[in-house]
Amino acid sequence: MMSTTSPLLLQAKSVCQAFPKPGGGELVVLDKVDLSLRQGEIVSLLGRSGSGKSTLLRIVSGLIKPTSGAVEVNGRTVQGCVRGVAMVFQSFALFPWLTVLENVEFGLEALGVPEADMRHRALAAIDLIGLDGYESAYPKEISGGMRQRVGFARAIVVHPNILLMDEPFSALDVLTAETLRTDFLELWSEGKMPIKSVLMVTHNIEEAVLMSDRILVFSSNPGRVASEIRVDIPQPRSRLDPTFRSLVDRIYGVMTQKAPDRARETLGGHISGVGVAMIMPRVSINQLAGLMEALAGPPYNGKADLPAIASLLQMDADDLFPIAEILQLLHFADLAEGDIRLTDLGRRFVDAEVDARKRLFAECCLTHVPLIAHIKHVLDERPSHRAPYSRFLEELEDHATEELARQNLRAAIGWGRYGEIFSYDDDAETFSLENPV
Amino acid sequence: MRGPLVVSARLSRVTPNRWDIVAVPLVLGVLAIIAVGAHQMASPLEALQKTPVSLDIANLPGYALRTTLRMLAALVASLLFTLVYGALAAKSRRAELILIPILDVLQSVPILGFISFTIVAFIRMFPGSTLGPECAAIFAIFTSQAWNMAFSFYQSLRTVPKDLDEACRGFHLSAWQRFWRLEVPYAMPGLIWNMMMSMSGGWFFVVASEAISVGNQTYNLPGIGSYVALAIAQQDLAAVGWAVLTMLIVIIAYDQLLFRPLVAWAEKFRFEQTAAQIIPKSWVLNLLQRSRFVGLVLSPVDLLLRHARRLRLPAPRLPVLPVKPWLPPIFVDRIWYVAVAAMSLYAAWRVFDFIRASLGFWDLIQALELGLITLVRVLVLIALASLIWVPVGVWIGLRPKLAEWAQPIAQFLAAFPANLLFPAAVVIIVRFNLNADIWLSPLMILGTQWYILFNVIAGATAYPNDLKEVAANFDMRGWKWWTKVILPGIFPYYITGAITASGGSWNASIVTEIVAWGTTTLRAHGLGSYIAKATIEGDYPRIMLGIAVMSVFVILLNRGFWRRLYVLSERRLRLD
Repeated sequence: MMSTTSPLLLQAKSVCQAFPKPGGGELVVLDKVDLSLRQGEIVSLLGRSGSGKSTLLRIVSGLIKPTSGAVEVNGRTVQGCVRGVAMVFQSFALFPWLTVLENVEFGLEALGVPEADMRHRALAAIDLIGLDGYESAYPKEISGGMRQRVGFARAIVVHPNILLMDEPFSALDVLTAETLRTDFLELWSEGKMPIKSVLMVTHNIEEAVLMSDRILVFSSNPGRVASEIRVDIPQPRSRLDPTFRSLVDRIYGVMTQKAPDRARETLGGHISGVGVAMIMPRVSINQLAGLMEALAGPPYNGKADLPAIASLLQMDADDLFPIAEILQLLHFADLAEGDIRLTDLGRRFVDAEVDARKRLFAECCLTHVPLIAHIKHVLDERPSHRAPYSRFLEELEDHATEELARQNLRAAIGWGRYGEIFSYDDDAETFSLENPV
Repeated sequence: MRGPLVVSARLSRVTPNRWDIVAVPLVLGVLAIIAVGAHQMASPLEALQKTPVSLDIANLPGYALRTTLRMLAALVASLLFTLVYGALAAKSRRAELILIPILDVLQSVPILGFISFTIVAFIRMFPGSTLGPECAAIFAIFTSQAWNMAFSFYQSLRTVPKDLDEACRGFHLSAWQRFWRLEVPYAMPGLIWNMMMSMSGGWFFVVASEAISVGNQTYNLPGIGSYVALAIAQQDLAAVGWAVLTMLIVIIAYDQLLFRPLVAWAEKFRFEQTAAQIIPKSWVLNLLQRSRFVGLVLSPVDLLLRHARRLRLPAPRLPVLPVKPWLPPIFVDRIWYVAVAAMSLYAAWRVFDFIRASLGFWDLIQALELGLITLVRVLVLIALASLIWVPVGVWIGLRPKLAEWAQPIAQFLAAFPANLLFPAAVVIIVRFNLNADIWLSPLMILGTQWYILFNVIAGATAYPNDLKEVAANFDMRGWKWWTKVILPGIFPYYITGAITASGGSWNASIVTEIVAWGTTTLRAHGLGSYIAKATIEGDYPRIMLGIAVMSVFVILLNRGFWRRLYVLSERRLRLD
């Protein structure tokens, strides 16, 4: 139902978004992103958390102003919140003090639609989206799936040209999400919804392939469009269809692809930032060990296809990628072409006892994680072998936001404790080399 | 925003139903009573002299009504103040910079010390009318209620969920619409809870502020407070008893008719998407929501509110310069800081100058010394009250059936104005010839100790069951059970209660360190009696000095002690 000749509804031209860092400089979230949306298509923005895709959605809706670049909706440059665009939120964003009906009427009321007309349209939307009978219920009385249906009804009742969806199914359980997706696609392909096109943010690869006409795959830090993939499989699509599977595999490959060398020089590979400012995701030791053990055991015996192991472990790509990348950083595993392979070091870790694992882990941390090496170095240098948290926080804030700096230190503390590299006293907010006796 | 009692007026609902039998008289009765009381409040000042307060019991209901209306007026004023002040502080960074510290200090200033200043101001504002002293009393109650309400509202505004805010902006709500559709409803549960707490503090002040003597002038506003003051002057213990009984009924009525319905109604604004375990219920709310008559009466109000909230009024904006600002924001900030600092310095100088004109260095030393005495009193009393009420509270809180029954009583005791009971204490002290410095002290905490009790009960009730089971499983008992298991778990709740109790005790010291019974006056040494004596003598510089010293003491105690404990408890001991 779409073609390149369909009218252009939305166009974003080299959109950049950057935040000033406390220590000077800028943290770039989106770097020269182009995007177009034509009438009749569903476009997905697919990427990891931190790739700026949600930020882009908010820029398109006018909630956030881009640092540079411009967005045009229906040929007019976006300034402030635009008419003709409505959003569905990941968290539903329903007002708990309004009933289902009042929540759906919410957007119409703000527009000053006359009362009778408003009621008529709201009831029609409720009817369409399958919420009949729930009109007088409050959001807390209904299930997550029903709540998100209210979110959909509230968005389409204002007859937007463009429907923006920010991970609309990710807060739902698997079965509910599937039902909602199917219902949505059915209404969409029958043309029953008063919308012209859809722009959706997701981190779920299969969801993107299932729903979209085009997928823009984002790379992280800073967010860029790494690849644009056209999905030509006719609707309704089946997850078991070989073309579907091969497309999912291909996207996994794109998402684990090493950044081009030019970028790696400045970004330090997948995990961006250099030295101590390298971003360390919140990954626990148990998750690292768990993934390595799953990899080492049958049927994988050290090498696995990422989509396959993701579905075996019942994990989203978004949960799996950070763990895999940390394994790669610590040289416990290699990532390439959508595959993950355990290294010899990784195998030694899996085979070792608790204490040997800790020693191995400590060694790898000290060699490959600059922040941990740095903390250890500072503690070694000081005669007291103690250093305050604030010392490192201030140092990191020169490179990143405070939030990011705290996240990195939290990760470093967790890994350092496990590897018994240093200890940390949260009451005194001090690092030290001694362990409590 | 929708009113509490909104029922859509569809035609099918016009016929009366059984709820109307109770609701009609209730609504009309309340309206009539308010009308009568309000009319009397604006009578000329001579009326106060013409019909002095009398101890006739038949007058008590009328007095109770006047007292109640004063409370209501103050509550409405506090609410308006809260909406404006809280919104301003939350929306403007520069306003926040100055408004929030001011609020913090205002919370620590002894309200009762101020009445002498405000009464003069209000009498000048309404010369010859009862409205002057009336407004002074209402203002005193207002100052006891407004600050924590404004704080709560400000904090709610700062924590409005981001996605709801985005939904509002995405659906093109104007700032005015957003305020009534999102911000006020979101703040509602916290605001109503704080209103209830304020109210329970307010009864104390309404009693203390109705009968005021400043210098040689005495103002007795008809009300329960004045009735008790007269009973004390005439040494009529029976009349005090009647006043206590009346107060009891008034507080229960307020709770049942106003706050319980409000709390039950506000439950729907609670943001948590999961349903709460204990849902507050109110028979009055049920009555009002189910009665067709009430629905019909309120439907025009509903309609009005609906239109009001649909207005697209722009946000009140500070004037924006048409050209690009010629100074970077950081410079404007600096100028603003300097301006604020200059204003504060000037204000401090004026206070200092005012005091210096008639008082010397040794007066300051004396005030500080008395402040230390009162400080010791407050700390000792809080410690004693904790020793008693923490174990009792834990014992009650671990027994859910008992707690359900005891909690409202503890809340009621906290609301009950303890100053009504002072005469009884004086009679005992005089009879047994006890030392006033020691035996007047417990009065300070008579009304405020209950905050410790009901917070501890709340903490023990909320204590996680699995932790209790672990303790039982490992057979942890005795002293160890107290220090390792239960005390850390209820600590945040205890601190909340103790902070309230401590603040209340400072304020109470002004009325408890000097207590009279007929011609006998008992006086304890302390900053409270210093301020009270200066008020009676109309010695403004000493009142000012006393208030300033007490404020400094309270602020230092809060910052140096209570807030530290609170931060510690939030960080370490929060169980959720």
